[in-house]
Amino acid sequence: MAKSSKNAFVKFQRVQKSYDGETLVVKDLNLELPKGEFLTMLGPSGSGKTTCLMMLAGFETATHGDILLDGVSINNIPPHQRGIGMVFQNYALFPHMTVAENLAFPLEVRKIAKAERETKIIRALEMVEMGSFAGRRPSQLSGGQQQRIALARALVFEPELVLMDEPLGALDKQLREKMQFEITNLAHALGITVVYVTHDQTEALTMSDRVAVFNDGRIQQLASPDSLYEEPENSFVAQFIGENNTLDGEVKNLSKNMAVVQLDDGSLIDCKPVNVKKVGERTRVSIRPERVEYNKKRINKQAHTLTAEVLEFIYMGDIFRTRLRVAGNDDFIIKTRNAPDQQRLTAGQQIEIGWLPKDCRALDA
Amino acid sequence: MSIQTSNQPLLAADGRPLKQSLSRALRRQKLRALALVAPLLVFVMLTFVLPICNMLFRSVENDIVSNIMPYTVNALESWTAEPDTLPDEAIFKAAFYDLSVAAKAKEHTKLGTRLNYEQTGISSTFRKSGRALSKSGKALAKEFDALDPRWNKAETFFELFTTDEADRQASDQNILDRQLFRLNQLKGQAYDPLPNFELAREKTAALPLTAREYGYWALFTSLEKNKDFTKGKVTEALYVALTDDLQNPQNKAYIDRLTGPSAELVKTAAAYFETQPNLNYAKLMKDVNKNWAEPVVWETIKLHSSRYTNGYFLNAVDMRKTADGPAVQPESKQILLILFQRTVKMSLIITVSCILLGYPVAWLLANLPMRTSNLLMILVLLPFWTSLLVRTSAWKVMLQQQGVINEVLVWLGLVATDNRLEIINNQFGTIIAMTHILLPFMILPMYSVMQTIPASYVRAAKSLGATNWTAFWRVYFPQSVPGIGAGSILVFILAIGYYITPEIVGGTEGVFISNRIAYHISSSLNWGLAAALGAILLTVVLVLYWAYDKIVGIDNVKLG
Repeated sequence: MAKSSKNAFVKFQRVQKSYDGETLVVKDLNLELPKGEFLTMLGPSGSGKTTCLMMLAGFETATHGDILLDGVSINNIPPHQRGIGMVFQNYALFPHMTVAENLAFPLEVRKIAKAERETKIIRALEMVEMGSFAGRRPSQLSGGQQQRIALARALVFEPELVLMDEPLGALDKQLREKMQFEITNLAHALGITVVYVTHDQTEALTMSDRVAVFNDGRIQQLASPDSLYEEPENSFVAQFIGENNTLDGEVKNLSKNMAVVQLDDGSLIDCKPVNVKKVGERTRVSIRPERVEYNKKRINKQAHTLTAEVLEFIYMGDIFRTRLRVAGNDDFIIKTRNAPDQQRLTAGQQIEIGWLPKDCRALDA
Repeated sequence: MSIQTSNQPLLAADGRPLKQSLSRALRRQKLRALALVAPLLVFVMLTFVLPICNMLFRSVENDIVSNIMPYTVNALESWTAEPDTLPDEAIFKAAFYDLSVAAKAKEHTKLGTRLNYEQTGISSTFRKSGRALSKSGKALAKEFDALDPRWNKAETFFELFTTDEADRQASDQNILDRQLFRLNQLKGQAYDPLPNFELAREKTAALPLTAREYGYWALFTSLEKNKDFTKGKVTEALYVALTDDLQNPQNKAYIDRLTGPSAELVKTAAAYFETQPNLNYAKLMKDVNKNWAEPVVWETIKLHSSRYTNGYFLNAVDMRKTADGPAVQPESKQILLILFQRTVKMSLIITVSCILLGYPVAWLLANLPMRTSNLLMILVLLPFWTSLLVRTSAWKVMLQQQGVINEVLVWLGLVATDNRLEIINNQFGTIIAMTHILLPFMILPMYSVMQTIPASYVRAAKSLGATNWTAFWRVYFPQSVPGIGAGSILVFILAIGYYITPEIVGGTEGVFISNRIAYHISSSLNWGLAAALGAILLTVVLVLYWAYDKIVGIDNVKLG
């Protein structure tokens, strides 16, 4: 713990936040991130992620606990002295100033000389490939262009920490994907620390070094995107990140690496115990759709098999998406690659499906 | 691939030109839209636009002089006013008949009042002349009565001038038409001609002036007074006209040729009056009122005889019309320019005070949580639910020397009881009361603009390193300027035309130009000057509005 504290650039220590004195919006938040990390706060709306960001930026004060920046508590430092760059959801570009004036603003308030200011503005604009737009007004720019300018403005004064509050929320899908890529590249190239808030899980997975999944005022899981997807620690994370199949049951047998779960229709399956503590407990078993096989040739020998009825077979080009009835669950989805030898199914067909016990995680009910 | 540009217009599906079809479709839409606003439009036109235009028109309208003294105005046309030179006999003659007629119709005092705006004291000349004019005719009437008592009867005149039914060819309808027009102009009405009343041509040739005046008198008596003009006595001025005609050598030949029942009567009178001294209208008028011997009276009439005048506008800017062109009013009469300046200056002070007081309130309204801001909004709107008069009177209670503020200051010992503050009946009182009354008009537009400024702008500014003040001044304030602009226009335009509050709390030092307008409308009845002042005020407002549009741009004004 002492070691990680030393490296932590941003640190939340037992932070709580309440607006009305009756309910806690943020409950006991502890979070550390090292310099240069791209951390995403992901969660449904009302989960407390934006409040955390606002506390870090200084627009909200923590009801309890400390927020440390580079080892110094910033609880009593006003926002303008924190030196944190911020990109807002609606860009918040000042409409009465040109692009260049917008970028000059943080430099002017820092009393940077005019010549230096201009080189910095040009460099920042070139960084976001908007060099020729200096004289335009924000209203003359498209959404994507405004987003780039907002980014440039947050970076122009060279902050070490940049906060982004759903910055791509207002863009269309294609532009969003492009910007995701650009922001990540830029953050890594500049070596800045980024705290990024979004409710879009794809965005979180593709951009971040680590993702903090928020729900109900708490961090449910803090992990890298791959482990978050493949090893969710509770059913909320499993459900929230990516597509997920669940089967409810009861733990019948429990060892360190294996749990036997009796599903509600009576069938027994082997699972990897993650969030179950004792025999007899209710559990929710989570299996990713792409880890389930129905092609007999592909089912692993160690795989656990169950019978299922095909309810719907959807051809999606690169993949097939099949909805099955498994152990009383009508929404069991499997995804299979459209390989040349792949078998196509029809509704009403009875098939056998299988998965490896390690892909089947017994989580909290 | 090339696109053929053809000179043929594009056609719609039914073969008509596309432009024509489009404008037809749009016209229908426009008509429907117009039908929706038509009731309001008609209402506004009838109750607002037309009366205002009519009122503004009075600022240049000046037909009262030529309507009441048509012959005089005509005769004065060729006369040039020179110092200490009286007009000639013809002008006195015209004025005598014009004034006699006007006095009988009781219109002469109106003209006196009108000319009194230009030449103080002239109205009494007109008023006194009205009474005295009939006297000069009475002496001559007695002489005619002595010659033959028949001259005393209206019947005699009727027989003298009218013609037989059969002899229509010999009638002179021209004179009657002109006299009917004279009557219409004088009374500002349109009377129908008198049926079965004609003047015989041979009589009108022999006694042209008498015929003219008799024709008018007959029409006036019958149409305006609703009396029988063939019974009783005729008006005294007719005896003057008759004397004039009988002594006029040009008429002698025609009189000699007269035939018929009354011919002998006329000839006898003509023979008598040839021996009498000639009629002198100048003396007649001097006897009526000695002021008619003053050239300045005639100058005034001539100067203001045109049907349209710039005199009211000159008066409105402390100038006056003279024979040598516009001149500055004597210093003792200069008040309106000072009032205009004061009105603009005080309106500006009030506008600035409203901005300073209203801005923080509007900011609070826009930024407080909903519940608190609603409460605050009610407080802002509260004055709207109280009568303007009550609020102004309340200020009177607050500000007067024995009022709440002075009493409290005296009680606190801050002000000596014999040295109480004078904060009412002066400019200070007007500024305080009007700032209070106009404040909501500043707050509401500001608030509606501030409401649309997202909080994220100030947050962004702070996150970029701006202090609270810099974030406000460089980011928030510029975006709230359209609200200030809208509020300022509203408050300034309302203030510049304000009337009640300066009237009540302004005393003499704190009144506005609108109070002067009200004075001219209701007390001095100089509507022409009031209209001119109003027109100038309207122009000032429109010019300011135009200037604002040029500088700030009216598109930037948001009222909601």
